[in-house]
Parts: sequence; structure tokens; C-alpha cells
Amino acid sequence: MTHTLGRPDFDVIAGWIEPGHRVLDLGCGDGALLKHLLETRGVQGVGVDFEPANVLAALRNGVNVIQGNLENGLTDFADQAFDHVVLSRTLQTVRHTEGILREMLRVGREAVVSFPNFAYWRNLRSVLDGRMPVSEDLPYQWYDSPNVRFFTLLDFEALCAKMGLTVRERRVLDEQGQPVESEDERELNFLGSLAVFRLSQAA
Amino acid sequence: MPGQSVGVVQSQRAHFDQALPLRSGGTLPAYDLVYETYGALNAAKSNAILVCHALSGHHHVAGHYADAPSNIGWWDNIIGPGRPLDTDRFFIVGVNNLGGCHGSTGPSTTNPATGKPWGADFPIVAVSDWVEAQARLADRLGIDSWAAVVGGSLGGMQALRWTISHPERVRNAAIIASAPKLTAQNIAFNDVARQAILTDPDFHGGHYYEHNTRPVRGLRLARMLGHITYLSDDQMGEKFGRELRNGSFSFDYDVEFEVESYLRYQGDKFAGYFDANTYLLMTKALDYFDPARLDGGDLTKALGRSHPDTGFLIASFTTDWRFSPARSREIVAALLANKRRVSYAEIDLNFGHDSFLMEDAQYHGIVDAFLRNVKL
Repeated sequence: MTHTLGRPDFDVIAGWIEPGHRVLDLGCGDGALLKHLLETRGVQGVGVDFEPANVLAALRNGVNVIQGNLENGLTDFADQAFDHVVLSRTLQTVRHTEGILREMLRVGREAVVSFPNFAYWRNLRSVLDGRMPVSEDLPYQWYDSPNVRFFTLLDFEALCAKMGLTVRERRVLDEQGQPVESEDERELNFLGSLAVFRLSQAA
Repeated sequence: MPGQSVGVVQSQRAHFDQALPLRSGGTLPAYDLVYETYGALNAAKSNAILVCHALSGHHHVAGHYADAPSNIGWWDNIIGPGRPLDTDRFFIVGVNNLGGCHGSTGPSTTNPATGKPWGADFPIVAVSDWVEAQARLADRLGIDSWAAVVGGSLGGMQALRWTISHPERVRNAAIIASAPKLTAQNIAFNDVARQAILTDPDFHGGHYYEHNTRPVRGLRLARMLGHITYLSDDQMGEKFGRELRNGSFSFDYDVEFEVESYLRYQGDKFAGYFDANTYLLMTKALDYFDPARLDGGDLTKALGRSHPDTGFLIASFTTDWRFSPARSREIVAALLANKRRVSYAEIDLNFGHDSFLMEDAQYHGIVDAFLRNVKL
């Protein structure tokens, strides 16, 4: 199975976004997801990124991008200005976890969050073998990783429950980007390398 | 930097007989605008970019004159074949604004009613007046809509004003190192500069031309003060530190520190060619600029008049304390609130407000990428 732009979570995210929706992509990198959504879904998109090289790359990709630091919140954005606010593979790099999740649901109707699952069995085995995990979804050495928060699928669900957020949909993917399904939450937590959540405020 | 200069350029002059009503209440019965163009206007006349100048700028934006090879345009480093404002693709227009001192009608040109220089009788012009005059030049050149209006500092204010006054005529706007209005601190700096000129004994109420003199001392001080605010503390520290010209203290009031020498040189150079009345006018245009004023200060409401399809690039510089990044972000937030297409870059450059004139790979890359996406 081939994935859009080599990112299986992008396929999941794209599947949740309807044509013409307004999408804010936090930590948009070179804007590849937004570019894809612009071309295939006709969305109105804005990206946010802190890195100068990413801002330049996103502009070159024809994506509107705002240079800014997610740690400072989303003060430039008005309440409920977007249908979807996307944070793909970025939550683990943000220190103010609850703050950014609240901000996402302030400026957007829905938050879409993907993150690497530290409880994935290969990661656990790596730690049991005495080394920090390096994998498809955690492609960094411990000393050069931008990640500052280390959490699992179950941890994230517990945080959502604590914050009173509604999980509208959830997809769990293995390292090849194939969907993992199981009735057993602990098994999912063990088999999934990447998780993608669709969240909203409790009704 | 890749790309080349546009090479030899020529100024042109356009005369306008249709009176121009001014923001200040008066009218200018007739006027001239001097301008330069680089590159070729395409058949559809859809590839024109207007470059708006800042306080001390003018129409000579790029290239040099055949008889004055060292007189290089003030933003030459960004304009030319293969450069961000690519003359292989775009037709670039630079205009000397009304009230200027580089050939367009202003205080130092002749008032047809008196046969003498306008001097202090030249009406105060606002950013919106400049935009109207520029729009008439666009009409004259057959340009219905600009592919982009680009400007830094006071030039950025003109670009912003364009998107509100003539939304259908601006397809893109690049607003660099600018602000939606001046702060009290900014107005204060401008007033000190004006006071330096107004209190110079050679000012003669603005009619110094008739006295065959110029308020050089006041203008020099005004420029020295302004210049300090255009630079960053770090940059001045790096460039001059506490270096002494002669190595030791001389215990008098002559030029001693290198920074004094530099500022005096800059002041003298500027006072040698710039017109004091123009300086007064330009600083007032800055102070008055506030496109949200008639909307009760609501910038979001004011920018709601911009065209939904207009693309915006807002750029600021980390070390610019005169027009800080926070001021640019006010514009960004107001545009986002109107669901406009906007990109924002905060560029880490060490040259303070003057960074917008500098050549830098990230900065020029951003402008280049923005303009490459412009559809002709």
C-alpha cells in the first residue's frame, strides 16, 4: 500500500476533511499535507511553523504559512475560525500539552492529532534491550530528538478523558502504516506505532 | 545573491492636470510624478508590481543611470533578472511620492500660482493621497490591477492602504517591516526630528528657498536621531562598540567615539541632498497613518474591505524595535480574522528596522517564494 507523500497518517487525516473546509495545520513543516488537501479537497488552508526553513519551504509549496511558536498559543487566531486544526506528529515536541490542545479546540471545531506511540512493542523491546527506541515513527536518537513529551496511546486517552474531550474517531497504525484493529485496548497500545485522533469539545 | 541588476535605467515624468483632493482637505490642482520602470509589461498588463518607498526613498529603486554609474537604486539587491522581484517575469514600477524631493511635485518644486517654490504652502499629504496618485499613474500605464504592491516601512503602509482603498486593483500585497499605525513612541521620535528642523534658524517658516539657505543643522539632527532608531543595539555594538577615533579620550566635544563619527557622517550626507520640508511631510504622513481610524480603531473591520482573493505576505525582523514583529502580527491577526490568504515570516536579521533593505537568503527567499506563486 502506498501512502500519500509517504505519510500514512496523512491518508487518515485527509479522509476526515471535507472539500472546502478551513484547515489549520500546526507544525506544518514544508506544507505537504496542506498542499495535498488544497489540490485534492479544495480546502482553505493555513500552516504554522517555527522553523525558518519550513516557512520558506511551505511558501514555495504555495501554502499560506504563519511563522510562530506553538508554545505561545494560537493568539493570532480567532475562536472557531477553522473546521479542523491538525497537529501531526508534533504534540510530543510541545511542552504545554494541555494548553495546545485547548487552543486547538478554541480556534477549531475539531482537533486532529497524530503522534508516535511509545508503548509500541518494538519501542518497548528496544527499552528492554537497554536502548531508547528509534523507529519509522520515532526517527531520532535520544540526543538529537525534538521530542520533549513521551507518552502512549492509553496515556493520551486518559488525558482526553481528564480534559473532558470527546474522541470522535481513532485510527491506530503499525510501522508500515497498516491499520491495527483490536477490541483489546492494551493490545492496540502494544501493536500500534502511530495513533491518529479526531477530537472535539464535549457536546 | 543569484540574479543580476537591471543595469542602466532612466527616469520618466508624468504630468496630471486633474486636481487631486487631499486627505487634509485641500486639493493639488495639478502635479507631476517621476517614476522608473524595469522589465516589460506583458500584453495582458497583468504582470506589474508597484514598489512603494519609505521615508527617504524615491523612484530610483533599482539599476543605475548611464551618466552616474555609482547612483544605484535603493532596493537594487532585490530587483532584476533572477532576483525576487524578477524583471524577466514582472514589470516593476517605482514612483517618487507627492511631496518628495526627487522630481515629483513637492515643497521644493515651483508653485504655479506664485512662480516660487511651494515651501511651507505645500499641502500636507497622507498615505491615502499617495495611493490615489499612484492609482492615477497605474491608469496612465494601462494597469488595471497590480500583480503585487510591495513596500517596506512607510512603503508597507502604502501597500496596506492599497488593499483597503482599491481592493479590486491589488492581487497581492507584500508588507514588510511595517505597522498598522505608529505607536506613541514612534510619533515622539518623529516629533523630535521635526522640532530639530522647525527650530533651525535657517528654516524661515519653511520658505528657506527664498532666503537661499537650508535648515541643514536641523535636518542633520533629525536624520541622526532617525538613524539610531533604524539600527539595532547589537548591531551598533558590533559595528562601533566604544571604539575611539584617536585611541584615547580627548576631553572635549569633538568627534571622539566611532559611533559619533558615523552618525555625523550619515547626518551630513543626508542633509546635503534631502529637503527639510519633505522630511517634515513624510514624518507627518507616518504619524497620521491609521487605516482603522474611521472604523473606530477596528483593524479587522478596516481590512474587511480588502478583496477576499488578495494574497498577503507580512514580514518583520526580530531586531526591528521601531516597527517590531508584534506590530506586523496585528496586521496578520486582522487578516486571519477576515479569512484572508496571508503568510507571515519573522526574519532573524541583525540590522534593526533597516533589515528590510538588506540582502539575506531567508528574507529574499521568502519574498521570492511569495512572488513565484503570483499568477499573471
